[in-house]
Amino acid sequence: MSDFLLELRSEEIPARMQAGARGELARLFRREMEAVGLTVSELTVWSTPRRLALIARDLPQATEAVSEEAKGPPEGAPDAAIDGFCRKSGVTRDQLELRDVKGRNTWFAVIEKPGRAVKDVLADAIPAIIRDFSWPKSMRWGAASISTESLRWVRPLSGIVALLGDEIVECEVHGVTSGAVTLGHRFHHSGEITISGASDYVGKLRAAHVIVDHEERQDMIRQLAGEAARTAGFALVEDEGLVVENAGLTEWPVPLLGRFDREFLDVPPEVIQLTARVNQKYFVCKKPSPLQGRGRSAAGAEGVGPVTDSPHPPTPSPEGEGELANAFVCTANIESSDCGAAIVDGNRKVLAARLADARFFWEQDRKTPLAEHAKKLARITFHEKLGTVADKVERVAKLARWLVEERIVQSSPSPMARGTSGAGGGVASPTESDPSTTSWSPSPSGLGEDRARLADLAEQAARLCKADLVTEMVGEFPELQGVMGGYYARAEVDENGLRRWPDEVADAIRDHYKPVGQGDDVPTAPVTVAVSLADKLDTLAGFFVIGDKPSGSKDPFALRRAELGIIRIMTANRLRAGWNAMHAEASEGHYETALAAKLERYGPILSGLEVYRYPDRPDQDEEYGRGPEQILDWSFEAERISKGISAAQVPLADFLIDRLKVQQREAGVRHDLIDAVFALGGEDDLVRLLARVHALQAFVTTEDGANLLAGYKRAANILKKEDWANQPSPLQGSGRSDEVAEGVGDVSHATLDDSPHPNPSPEGEGLLPHTGDEDPLENVDDPDMRAVYAAAARDASAREAHNGLSYTPEPAEKVLIEALDAAEPTAASAIEAEDFAAAMSALASLRMPIDAFFEEVTVNADEEIKRRARLDLLARFRAAVHNVADFSKIEG
Amino acid sequence: MTRDPSKSFQDMILALHDFWSAQGCLILQPYDMRMGAGTFHTATTLRALGPEPWNAAFVQPCRRPTDGRYGENPNRLQHYYQYQVILKPSPPDIQELYLESLRVIGIDPLKHDIRFVEDDWESPTLGAWGLGWEVWCDGMEVTQFTYFQQMGGFDCKPVAGELTYGLERLAMYIQGVDNVYDLDFNGRGVTYGQVFLENERQMSKWNFEVADTDALFDLFNKAEAECRNALEANVPIAAYEQAVEASHIFNLLQARGVISVQERASYMGRVRDLARGSCEAHMAKEAAGWAEKFPEWSA
Repeated sequence: MSDFLLELRSEEIPARMQAGARGELARLFRREMEAVGLTVSELTVWSTPRRLALIARDLPQATEAVSEEAKGPPEGAPDAAIDGFCRKSGVTRDQLELRDVKGRNTWFAVIEKPGRAVKDVLADAIPAIIRDFSWPKSMRWGAASISTESLRWVRPLSGIVALLGDEIVECEVHGVTSGAVTLGHRFHHSGEITISGASDYVGKLRAAHVIVDHEERQDMIRQLAGEAARTAGFALVEDEGLVVENAGLTEWPVPLLGRFDREFLDVPPEVIQLTARVNQKYFVCKKPSPLQGRGRSAAGAEGVGPVTDSPHPPTPSPEGEGELANAFVCTANIESSDCGAAIVDGNRKVLAARLADARFFWEQDRKTPLAEHAKKLARITFHEKLGTVADKVERVAKLARWLVEERIVQSSPSPMARGTSGAGGGVASPTESDPSTTSWSPSPSGLGEDRARLADLAEQAARLCKADLVTEMVGEFPELQGVMGGYYARAEVDENGLRRWPDEVADAIRDHYKPVGQGDDVPTAPVTVAVSLADKLDTLAGFFVIGDKPSGSKDPFALRRAELGIIRIMTANRLRAGWNAMHAEASEGHYETALAAKLERYGPILSGLEVYRYPDRPDQDEEYGRGPEQILDWSFEAERISKGISAAQVPLADFLIDRLKVQQREAGVRHDLIDAVFALGGEDDLVRLLARVHALQAFVTTEDGANLLAGYKRAANILKKEDWANQPSPLQGSGRSDEVAEGVGDVSHATLDDSPHPNPSPEGEGLLPHTGDEDPLENVDDPDMRAVYAAAARDASAREAHNGLSYTPEPAEKVLIEALDAAEPTAASAIEAEDFAAAMSALASLRMPIDAFFEEVTVNADEEIKRRARLDLLARFRAAVHNVADFSKIEG
Repeated sequence: MTRDPSKSFQDMILALHDFWSAQGCLILQPYDMRMGAGTFHTATTLRALGPEPWNAAFVQPCRRPTDGRYGENPNRLQHYYQYQVILKPSPPDIQELYLESLRVIGIDPLKHDIRFVEDDWESPTLGAWGLGWEVWCDGMEVTQFTYFQQMGGFDCKPVAGELTYGLERLAMYIQGVDNVYDLDFNGRGVTYGQVFLENERQMSKWNFEVADTDALFDLFNKAEAECRNALEANVPIAAYEQAVEASHIFNLLQARGVISVQERASYMGRVRDLARGSCEAHMAKEAAGWAEKFPEWSA
């Protein structure tokens, strides 16, 4: 048994590729070993910027001899076939054996494969690994690259160490020969290092200032960077991505703390952190946590810190944790002769120059009001068929207003939330008394005041939400879209020096892209919700209207993410709306821009019409190619767009349902339960639908639920077998009496169901015997109830008159009828109240009766009347269950 | 008087010249045209094509109109110098040679943190790309280090290594000044500012405010036409010069803010067509001779 060491040395491997490369090296090594029947028990892979290393423990000296059998042609096959088989198997004809295969004599070759020295196996494996290695990007180099067939590697491959035990595994790959010699740290060690085997590899490299284990380097960075910050009286803003990246950039990491000019702290913390992180790979520090007491910064009024979208590094929140400190931690690759003084000073200067640029952008951008920036959006194409970003903003503004006016998005009812009860309530915004902002001043009309204000705010925020896309800062740091808009909105003052936009607007601009990733916060502030929802609905509707929906792995416009965002916003805020109406409204918004985009090459539509009106200017006709045809084109295109809008509606709903299923599945909701609720049809209220699904999931996992499901399946099977088709339509209470009343098999209960209950309360209902067998007045001794009972009796006799149920039901039959009588209205009113758990428990009361019914009653009775009545009863049971969900879709 | 690269901008350049000359490089002079980067020099672009060995070093003044700051920014200039080294085929010890050149100009890698940080290079305009790094010195990018893989849409066979030093940055670093205009140009007190500050002020104003945009559009079209004219006459080097010209005019138009986002892609495409067309013509013209001299090479 020997340990095998492989080191592939190269020029600097990009940090971001090192983890993948380690995985690739392990995968290919295992592949090569498995191919010769070697199982690798212990495998370690490491990386530094300049090397990939692998150690496989306890490899045998040789692979085991194996004997393989190959089945050949049957006895008596043509000589050519048998000879061919011999050639293929590497045996002579007299080495073949005849064996019986299912009564037929067949030739077999037994191929003895002797064990191979593992050293030889490895000598073949190393070139194969290098040749098949997959890098995200690879290159050619040097004199050999005169041919494009030359070796490709991530950067020039410069050396191979391959040792099995203490012996060199000799091999050669495109001129690079294996050996025992490697190099140490680029600057701290000169000359070659001879490795004697896996056992001294790590130690010898360490002595040469190389820590080959990437995890050890990561630990060092974590620990030493934290210490450096603490020593200076700060706390490191932890950033695992930076830890890994810096470990990938160093062989001997030395975290060093430096400081930058305090005045840069005027720049928003996200900008500082991003500048330090993205451009320089520095950690930032924060001041130690103040123990409460520090006033809330205006920026974080909801306690939501500056935005941290998922791709962003964690950001210190303005409260609770400390603010950013004017310090950074860089990670050097050397222990310098002056303890890092020159390095820190150099890095400080670079950061200062970067921050100076950032501050320049910050100051420059703020010189222009957001509304002015927004005008430039007309120059940016959103999508060639969907107009400019300015067009999009216009649509989103209208849609955001609509969402409020339709009461889909409402003022937050929670008293915990910021006051939204008109100008007097909540956090007084300095702008509310400012005449320059009357566009969103409270509407004077009493009751709608709140809503009118919310609608104005939503529209206003929407008009500004994309303005930061044209700012210098977002040009430099696209990750800060939204975040910067929020800052700029908050910083903008009018001519009186008062803030121009209230916090709601600034927050909405900042957060309207949310939720971005799975772990991202979902907006809850009403204005933000309206803008965020409108933005996503508009995007989705637009691409569906032009027929550009995601397919397979292609989703270039991230529509799946947008849809998931919509679902999460709707559910988290319990927004009540039919998605069909929202889709229709959002789609309609695209009519004008789609039309304009279609006809762009002809110029503005109206000009075309004018030309037509002034046929005495044929010169213009000629110049612009406009003419009567264009009007034909116009109406034709308009019609096509209208058709596109209608055609998009079903796919939009399907897409939403599809995403919903994916999302719910990930959240542990059974897809069959979602199907069971969808099968009811007609439901496009996300919140109600999910409430039903969740209640159903809770129910079917109970014993009652499982048994009821079993009873349901049995009933459904019988009905199916009997082809008892003409059933009451499953659900929804309304509009079914007419069509089913004429039916033969189902009249009785349908009629009863549909008759208006004199007393809809479950209690009153439960008292009434409905078997038709008793005298309903028999037990009546309460005079006040007489009229009620009499009415019920009329119903009962009417029922009898219809279906002629003239036999005495068996006890279990009677119990089931009574249970249904009780459960149906209870379930119905619970559904009405959207208390689906209550509806389910009402159904649960049917479990014993249905079980008993199947136990004791023969459905296929000899008498046709009984058979029909019992099938009817089962149909009624099924219909009752269908009030909650289509149980036939439920598995198990 | 002895040279001191750590106190004089010009001595630093001369030290680099000495060093690369000793490595067998031709020391060339700047290309006499306005260009955005040393890579545009024919000694880089055209010489990166084909099998012939080529080792050269030169200073190239670069013009980036949008980077103009009217002389008010301590780091950004619309006109600055690059030091270019092109080594074809890339030698195995190219990184060591480069690090040695840093020592020569006074950067001690045991005192300063030198790092090779991934930075792949791509010039859509030249139809060129390569893999490499930006070299950091204490967190500052001082050199772009690229292994050219393609030029003008053609595979580089063999691959050339390109080193592009940012001279002002390096000098600021070595001299320890925070403002480019404070650099000592000659080691005798003449500053970079004395040489270039007024230049920056005037050229920023011209780039951003004055340049006649109609004339620029006209010049662009004329360069484009002349490039095609030269291509037809099978003088690809002349054609390439017109591509360089068009590229710079485009940069000026950008600085004047008269090219919309939509138009931008189209202009870049036009420049790319010229540059690629020139490279293609250059290849076509030379390929037969190259193949004869280097039998293992093929276009």
